[in-house]
Amino acid sequence: MTNHEPLIHIARRDGLVWWRAWCIRLAAAVLALLVSALFIYSITKLNPVKVYAAMWEGAFGSPRRAWVTARDASILLCIGVGLAPAFMMRFWNVGAEGQMLMGGCATAAVLIYGGGALSTFQLLLVSTVASVAAGALWGVIPALFKARWNTNETLFTLMMNYIAIQITCFLVALWENPKGSNSVGVINQQTQAGWLPALFGKQYLLNVVIVLVLTVAMYLYLKYTKHGYEISVVGESENTARYAGISVKRVIVRTMALSGAVCGLSGFIAVAGASHTISTSTAGGRGFTAIIVAWMAKFNTFVMVLIALLLVFLEKGAVQIASQFHLNDYASDVVTGIILFFLLGSEFFIQYTVRFRSHGRNNEEVQA
Amino acid sequence: MAEEFAVRMVNVTKTFGHVTANDKVYLELRKGEILSLLGENGSGKTTLMNMLSGIYFPDSGQIYINGREVTIASPHDAYELGIGMVHQHFKLVDVLTAAENIALGLPGGVMVDRKAIAAKVRQICDRYGFDVDPDKKIYDMSVSEKQTLEIVKTLYRGAEILILDEPTAVLTPQETEKLFAVMRNMRDDGKSIIIITHKLNEVLEISDRVTVLRKGEYIGDMDTAKADVRALTDMMVGRTVTLNIQRDEPASPQRRLEIRNLTVRDKDGVTRLDDINLDVYAGEILGVAGISGCGQKELLEAIAGLQPAVSGSSIKYRPTGPEGPAEELLGLGPRAVSDRGIRLAFVPEDRLGMGLVASMNIAGNMMLKEYRSGKSPLVERRRPYDMARDIVRELEVVTPSIETPVRQLSGGNVQKVLVGREIALHPTVLMSAYAVRGLDINTSYTIYRLLNEQKKAGVAVIYVGEDLDVLLQLCDRIAVLCGGRLNDIVDGRTATKEQVGYLMTNFRREAGA
Repeated sequence: MTNHEPLIHIARRDGLVWWRAWCIRLAAAVLALLVSALFIYSITKLNPVKVYAAMWEGAFGSPRRAWVTARDASILLCIGVGLAPAFMMRFWNVGAEGQMLMGGCATAAVLIYGGGALSTFQLLLVSTVASVAAGALWGVIPALFKARWNTNETLFTLMMNYIAIQITCFLVALWENPKGSNSVGVINQQTQAGWLPALFGKQYLLNVVIVLVLTVAMYLYLKYTKHGYEISVVGESENTARYAGISVKRVIVRTMALSGAVCGLSGFIAVAGASHTISTSTAGGRGFTAIIVAWMAKFNTFVMVLIALLLVFLEKGAVQIASQFHLNDYASDVVTGIILFFLLGSEFFIQYTVRFRSHGRNNEEVQA
Repeated sequence: MAEEFAVRMVNVTKTFGHVTANDKVYLELRKGEILSLLGENGSGKTTLMNMLSGIYFPDSGQIYINGREVTIASPHDAYELGIGMVHQHFKLVDVLTAAENIALGLPGGVMVDRKAIAAKVRQICDRYGFDVDPDKKIYDMSVSEKQTLEIVKTLYRGAEILILDEPTAVLTPQETEKLFAVMRNMRDDGKSIIIITHKLNEVLEISDRVTVLRKGEYIGDMDTAKADVRALTDMMVGRTVTLNIQRDEPASPQRRLEIRNLTVRDKDGVTRLDDINLDVYAGEILGVAGISGCGQKELLEAIAGLQPAVSGSSIKYRPTGPEGPAEELLGLGPRAVSDRGIRLAFVPEDRLGMGLVASMNIAGNMMLKEYRSGKSPLVERRRPYDMARDIVRELEVVTPSIETPVRQLSGGNVQKVLVGREIALHPTVLMSAYAVRGLDINTSYTIYRLLNEQKKAGVAVIYVGEDLDVLLQLCDRIAVLCGGRLNDIVDGRTATKEQVGYLMTNFRREAGA
């Protein structure tokens, strides 16, 4: 039988002032860098400061690199923003990958079949609508099943990803160019028809602007509209929603249509605004990474901007140190892992306070 | 000297964030006695007992079991010390049998010797007068049976010190009597028992001594032989509370709801309400009595539009004013009802899971029923905040701010927010289910006062309750449900407790028509 006070004592915090929470996060980031430095030095004998500088170099070292980072972060952010309403509703949409792919396929189809017939403006308009519709469809199907038969949305949306991947495979085979390459190649390479145009001479600026507008719009939608209120109520308790006269089924279907639509739009941006091609790697796991983005930001779309940037920065930095120092990918993955571990772990210390056994108290007891 | 006490808790303090749940509390339990732990809601009774049963760990203070200072860091430690607690929410696995639930978590191999367990269970039952079928599945059990099983489970594990957390809250008067009988048997066998309660009559009836907490502080203890209701109330609330509930004669009651042939079946086709015929009048409080699960919930939810009924059922709403066409409520749903301008207020039994959004602040909850109003796609921001401030001020809701999620409020304050919102809707019908369950005396009286004010304002009030004393002192008429059927409607002023209790358990026309 234990006859002593436990060594560690964990208690829930009552809510922390925002700036203190950010201090904890900052401390975690610093700690992460220190531990990573230790790891880097002990394994590779490289100067950690140089390695960090290389990471920065990889992500922001040249205007070109900075724009690529911004481009990738904005696509990741777009998916995260798409997941926000579903997650607020506690509808675990893990199907962003598929919804994005369907949006990408729809865009590619419009670009390929309409490339010669329509102007770029018309192409963009049609492909936006098509990608939004395709993503929304992919989101609505599991929502309908959930609303009607209470199927498990996590499994359902996950499975929908594989259907989307198979459809993409089929389309890639259909649109193969040149024949035998097993890829679609760059669509409308000569004419650039249907490509998102450069803004002020910056190729990816429009991508970033579109996503930032979406980010603000989604924040306002969730926080200030009646729809947003309904989403929060349904997410908290379906019973309460019914009690308040909210049609739970309608809210589920409507919200998933929105979630899927935004994820579909990210596919449009990826195809028309970035790669100008379609393949199964158009989504490339970003539909899943975005789940981390959404969760770490606690569904606050503004915080998602930071998280998405951080994740893409880490990815670009990792690639850079791998090539610059001839390390294999795993070493840079470990660094990324350490940083994420500390940042995620810091949330625990924001929620909870940890106290250690105080020796003073025990002495008091002896005297008493 | 120390041998005399099974439990001594000295200067025990526990804080949650800024809230001090227990402040230097002192408690002693003699061997072979029943001790009542009395206090209003939020006075820290359950917190104190959770520290004894290893669920919480005290910030400071000492605990002595049988005279020896101990550290209880986990429920396992408590169990090793012979302490067993029966919680308000039972911790049983529905799909297993009674014996299997007892075997869960016991040391030993993978194999369960059902026969041995069943034998020992029977032995415990015979000894104390429990009635448990070891082979019965939990989902087939009534609340009372589950509670009995929880007690047997703790005894099976060798508990010498039993803690019962508000055990009578879920029991009928008859079941309570049965529970008290076995508690006395256990005491006579040398067990030491703590019963958490806020019902004074139970304190006086069952316990040898009583310890009173108020706002997390130890107030005192006394032998119940020397105590009376007045003295205990004073200790508990700190000042004398009038025990009379005000009841005015209904002023010109007017028929508001006509319930005809209301029959409700649940998903499995089980009849929950059977052919109910009942009128509800504006300006009166209609009480609904019955053993829990006899159709009270279905009745209120059917009126509120949340419960589909069998065809042929009818709930007609007669609007206020001289004469208007009566409207059929069944089949409309809550939204259509409110769109027609019919203002039904409903205080459901499950406050945080149905009446409120637990994670939202008070203002957010104010919007719940009215957020739709207006053409703008945006929700109105100002009005809910004004409403929230009004309710916090008028009903004296204790909260750090109106931005605090309602989940963090205590039970009584949660109910004030809920009732306050429903009344702010200016309803014509106000339904409440177990509106004072788990509330302290002061808050309960606030609720009675609010209901009476609504009655005076010409609202048709329906009060589903479990405490017969309150029903008989508050309500003008009392409809008694028995197994989903309406057994009788009695006059609240002339009916007796025995009469209502009898109607709850015996269907009048069983043999006859």
